[in-house]
Formats: sequence, C-alpha cells, structure tokens
Amino acid sequence: MSKVLMKGNEAFAEAAIRGGCNCYFGYPITPQNEVPEYMSHELPKAGGKFVQAESELAAVNMAYGAAASGGRVFISTSSPGLALMQEGLGFICSCEVPLVAMNVSRGGPGVGGIQPGQADYFQVTRGGYNGDAKIPVFAPSTIQESVDMIYECFDIADKYRNPVIIFADGMLGQMMEPVELPPHKGLATPEEIREKKPWAITGKNNHEGRNVVKSLRLQPDVLEKHVEMLFEKYAEAEKELVRYKTMNLDEAEIVFVAFGTMSRICAEAIELLEEKGVKAGMIRPISLWPFPKKAFDEIGSKAKIVISTELSMGQMIEDVKMAVAGRWPVGLINRTGGIVPSSIEVAERALKALEEVK
Amino acid sequence: MKKKMFFAGSGGQGALAIGQMIAKAGMEEGNEVTWLPSYGPEMRGGTANCTVIVSDKPISCPLINDADVLVAMNLPSLRKFESMVNPGGCIFINSSMVPETSSRTDVKVIEIPANEKAQELGNDRAANIVMLGAILVETNCCRKDTIMHQMEKMFSGRKAKFLPANIAALEVYCK
Amino acid sequence: MKTIFKPTEGMLPVDTSYCPGCTHGIAHRIIMEVLEERGDLGNTIGVVPIGCSINAHHFMNIDMCESTHGRAPAIASGIRRVHPDKVVFTYQGDGDLASIGAGEIIHAAHRGEKFTTFFINNAIYGMTGGQMAPTTLIGQKATTCVDGRTVEQAGMPLRMCEILSQIDCAVFVERVMLNNPANVRKAKAVVKKALEIQDAKLGFTFVEFLSSCPTNWGLAPKDALKFVENEMASYYPVKNFKTPEGF
Repeated sequence: MSKVLMKGNEAFAEAAIRGGCNCYFGYPITPQNEVPEYMSHELPKAGGKFVQAESELAAVNMAYGAAASGGRVFISTSSPGLALMQEGLGFICSCEVPLVAMNVSRGGPGVGGIQPGQADYFQVTRGGYNGDAKIPVFAPSTIQESVDMIYECFDIADKYRNPVIIFADGMLGQMMEPVELPPHKGLATPEEIREKKPWAITGKNNHEGRNVVKSLRLQPDVLEKHVEMLFEKYAEAEKELVRYKTMNLDEAEIVFVAFGTMSRICAEAIELLEEKGVKAGMIRPISLWPFPKKAFDEIGSKAKIVISTELSMGQMIEDVKMAVAGRWPVGLINRTGGIVPSSIEVAERALKALEEVK
Repeated sequence: MKKKMFFAGSGGQGALAIGQMIAKAGMEEGNEVTWLPSYGPEMRGGTANCTVIVSDKPISCPLINDADVLVAMNLPSLRKFESMVNPGGCIFINSSMVPETSSRTDVKVIEIPANEKAQELGNDRAANIVMLGAILVETNCCRKDTIMHQMEKMFSGRKAKFLPANIAALEVYCK
Repeated sequence: MKTIFKPTEGMLPVDTSYCPGCTHGIAHRIIMEVLEERGDLGNTIGVVPIGCSINAHHFMNIDMCESTHGRAPAIASGIRRVHPDKVVFTYQGDGDLASIGAGEIIHAAHRGEKFTTFFINNAIYGMTGGQMAPTTLIGQKATTCVDGRTVEQAGMPLRMCEILSQIDCAVFVERVMLNNPANVRKAKAVVKKALEIQDAKLGFTFVEFLSSCPTNWGLAPKDALKFVENEMASYYPVKNFKTPEGF
C-alpha cells in the first residue's frame, strides 16, 4: 500500500473514519482544529455525521447519546477542553458506553499555552471525573502509530464498553509524516449494531425487552456491586492492554522512561550519549493506563539510574517510582509550558544525573 | 543520507509550502521524511517556519538542533536562524526582501532575488517556487521530476491554470 | 363489559416515586399515551434529566438513557445523528433545562434539532429539596431564598418559551398547564401535535408544562394546583407561541 504525507490531526481523523466512526462531535481548540475541520468535510462523505458542538460539555454528551444508541463515536479536544469533558467521561464509564476520545495536549494549567505539553498525564490516567472509574490511555509517538491505534481502539472500547483515550500532543497533531492508511472497515448496519451492542437504546422494536442506559444507583449496595463489576473489567484491561517498547535495556546505564513526543527526543539523546561512550536505553510506555510496570523487570544489570522524561513538572514519575520500587534511583528530566527540550539538553542533563548517582 | 532543512519567512511567503513539497517529493523518492511547523498565532503576520528532515533511515526526532540548509525568506528569519546552520551547510537568502547578507563565513550563502524573478514572470506569489528551484539545484534534497509531480498534484482541477506559471517559476533556476 | 379507562401500556405497572399531588406522573402518562396511540413505544428513545424525573425510566415503557445535568439536549442531538427516523425526546425539569442546561437547550433549538423537549416547570428544585430555581417566581419562598425571591438578589425568573420562540429553527413552542382535567386533555393534544411536527422534521419542538411541587412549595395538592393556575400562569402565560404552517 502506498504512503501519503499527512498532518497528524488530519491522519487522526481519517483513521477514525476508516475505523468505522459514524459520528464525530467537536469544538474548536488549538492545536487539534484540523480534526473537526477534516471531519466536517470527510465524515459525511463516508456516511457519518459531523456536529460542531457549542462547547466541549455538549460535545462529550452528544458523543454519549450517539454511542449509547449504538453509534461508533470519535471525539477530539485539547487539554482545557478535556477538563470540560471529564464529568461526561466519568458518567460514560459508569453507563458502560464505548467511545474513543483524542487529546492533542498543550501546556497548562488554565488556558496555559498552545505548544506541546504532557502535563495532562494525571488528567488522562487518573481522570478528573468523580468516582471510581478507569479509562485505558494510549500514547502514540508517531503519526503511523496514532493511526493504527485509533483504528484499533474502537474495538477495544466496544470490548470493554468503556471510553478509550488517545493521548497525543501538539507536535504530533501539527507535524507531517508519511503514513499508510488502513482499509475502511465500513459502517455498522442496524443488524450488526443489534448483534454487537444488544444493550444500546435503539428502540424496543430492535431488541429483546427494554434498554436503559444509566448511571444513578441510589442504594449503596447496588452501587457498590456496579462499581465492583466495572473494576472486574478494569482488572481484565490491566492484563490485556499493557503496551510498551524498549530500547537497549540490556546495556543501558541510563534508562529513560518517555512517551509520545518525548520518546522521540530521548531516542536521539540515546544516540548522542552513545557518541560520548555512555550506554543509554529507554522504556516507552504506550499504554499509560495500564502503566507497563513489567517493562521495568527487563532493565539490565548495568543500569545506574532510571529517568522519567516528561513535558510536565513530573507526573508520570509517580508511576515510574512505583514500577521501579526502589531498585534504582529515579531522576527527572523535564520542561514544561510548551517547551520541548532538545536532544542535546536531554543528553547533557542525563549525563549529569548519571554522574550524581555514580 | 540525512538532510535537515529549515524554512522560515513571514506568514504568506510560502516557506511552509515549499518545505511540504520537498517532504512530499522526498517521500515519493522512497525516503523517510518529517515536516514540523511552528504553529499558533505567530503564523499570522509574524514568522512562520518549518523543519523538514529527509533521510534514508527512520527518523526518530522531528526536532533539529542544527540544520544543513536554512531558507530565509525575510530578514528576521535570517537573523534569528543563521546560527543554527552547520559549518559547510547552506543558507538561501531571498535577497529581494533581505537587504543584507549572512554574517556566517563558514557556510555557503546563496542569494536569490526570488520576488524580483517572480515579478518578472508576472507572478509575485510564486517567489517561493523560484526559491524552491534554486534549492533543488544546489542541495539535491530531491529530484526535479518528483517536485514536478507534486506540483501537478497541487495544481490540479480548478487550480490547474496556475501550473504553467509555477513551472516557469521553478525553472528560473532549475532548468 | 365496556372498558372506559385502562392504564396505558406506555407506563410500566409500578408505583411512581413522585410525591402526592406532583404533576410529573400526569405529564409522564399523557406523553406515554400519545406514544402508545401512535404505535411508537418500540420506536422511541427518551432522555431523562437530573432531578426528580431522573427516575422516569423506571416508569416509562420505552428505551431511555440518563443524562448528565442539563445536557439532555446535547445527548438527544447525538441520538438523533444515529437514529434519524425514530421518535426522540428529552424530558427535563426547570433547574436542569433553564439553569445548568440553558446553553444546550438554546443551541439544540438553534440547530433545529428534530426532537421534542418536554419541559416540566414547577418553579423549584425538587429533588435536592426546594432550592430556588431559575423559574422561581418573585416573592416565592425557597430554601435558598427563605424570605422570597427578590429581583435585587436573583434577577427575574426565566421564561423559556418566550426565549426559545425567538429562535428561527424552534418551529413549535407551546406552554400548557396541568392544573385540571380539561387542561390535561389540552396538554395531551399539544404533545400529540409536537410529535407530529417532529415527524415532519421541520425543526425543534418544545412543550412547557406548568407543574406543581406541593412538597417543596409547602402547599396541599389542591392548593398547589391553584398556585399553578393563579400565580404561575400569570407570569408564564399558557398559550401557543409558535406553530409551523399546516399544523
């Protein structure tokens, strides 16, 4: 199959369309605006529906309505917009409705800036919603990986009847790379929806009995049982959805832990360190929740330090410390506010950190 | 082979567009490519720039610490970015808009009166394509035929009428 | 024996959770009767709000979903995108629709969403225990305005029909009152008409029910109905605001 050079945001949208998305709801926010723009003209051509919502609050709730009634739904936003969607996402978890949400993140807090950031790590992995719920989060590092992931995540969402978040950043959204697009899955027919989503509110004529999609459970024992049932699913997800890549762990003295855009900079920093005779390696978490703890068991005997490398003040480092469990010192190399450090900066700071622990 | 190129100008000068054409042509030739723009409000009126990497190996990082080629379409771009060019690299200056030359003596400085040449063709907006022609000749970052192919795709349908003028602009330097 | 009355199939055979004298049950019943008469109980998707009537899905014999507070019009907009040919409605109270969800209802109306919103206006927050609503009348007492609502402190009550009828794509807007059998019958006719206009896909359709909340108003059920008729209807005129041609 031939490759096309596509802007990240447009490729994300195209991947969703090819994944069988039939509804997209969005609200303009930089740096993801090309997603709703692309969807507005391309999704209808594929038989889907596009709505520019009046807010992220409305967008996430439109998505809920469409998905609860059997649609295959994609939404996208950027950091402050995701904050507005949080109530809805928690509600949707409780209602057990599948959808795929994309966060093309930027600097914060507040309105913050529009340059790339990863300070939504807590927002996506811990959630900003109330109550006990979990959302699988995947962080691609290239446009191709994003495309493949979005394409696949509809099925993951359907399987777990839960939202799935794709966590990219402004750089991945704005840059262009060659990408091989997967084939169209096509839109589900009413019969397929009936078969695969027998719980959906499609009108009583379309299924056995009466369907109600709900979150409210006023009796504590009933609610507790419901939450425990959700957590049985999440336990399953923790087994099945762990994804990561590693680089040079056998040889590495310095082990970077980095995801998304930062992992690409670390990959180059590893080359720079190699030139200086220092072996470095990397764990690249692809699933942020579930966090790939077992990757840390692959760290070799030469490791002196594990460095969480992030575009935030250090959020993933909490998961890194838990995964490291005291086996190695844990350092942090970070920039925030929308600044992406150069590979040179990362390499220099890593060398300094290594000297300090030696 | 790995070429790191940086294109800068003011919004509307087409620096991002020629970067994109080189990336597309590079891909067509079977290379790995990345195109990374600056984005945000500064794109309107301020400086607009993009980084293009063309490589025969997978590209890990789309950000660059240094460049083999800088294309400066206006004066602020030259001043701001000339220091990032590697010794032995190339700086293309749009001399129509930049009244001075580079302070660098360890790089090849190529001054192209892109707007004047484009005006001579009666198409001031094709100044970036004039520049693109000069870049092709000097850097071998990609071939003329693949660029021509990209231009045919870009100027097709309703835009097809612009193709001959853009080919003429490309061929000012790239015969 | 001749049957002169029977419960509608549209309501499940369970007791409702509403207080004695509350008109939610009446509003539920007439909507469900209309759906049953149309043969649409299997072809309808309803959205319930946050508020007392979040429990409506325990009583209405159709497919339904709950909503986050105020967002029912957005949710119904999503449902409509997947189901262009089903009957879709939201059922919302005044806190849900006119306060926290004011944005969503305005925009759903502006888009001319082809669903119907049934708006229960009882001028109070019922479920949370009698706080002032955006529709609480001037002088009316509530737990967050114990001496009565004042303009200085809380501004004027929102008239949703008046607001929505200004919107071009809101094609049918009518206010009805559930204070006596004759008006209940009239209300049912209005519900029927609203759904017929929904069928015709002409735009957004909206029916406001002036309703009672004897518990939180601190009135006996009969007095509550009088309050609807005398106090509410004088600020919220019961009338048709807008009907498309041919209906």
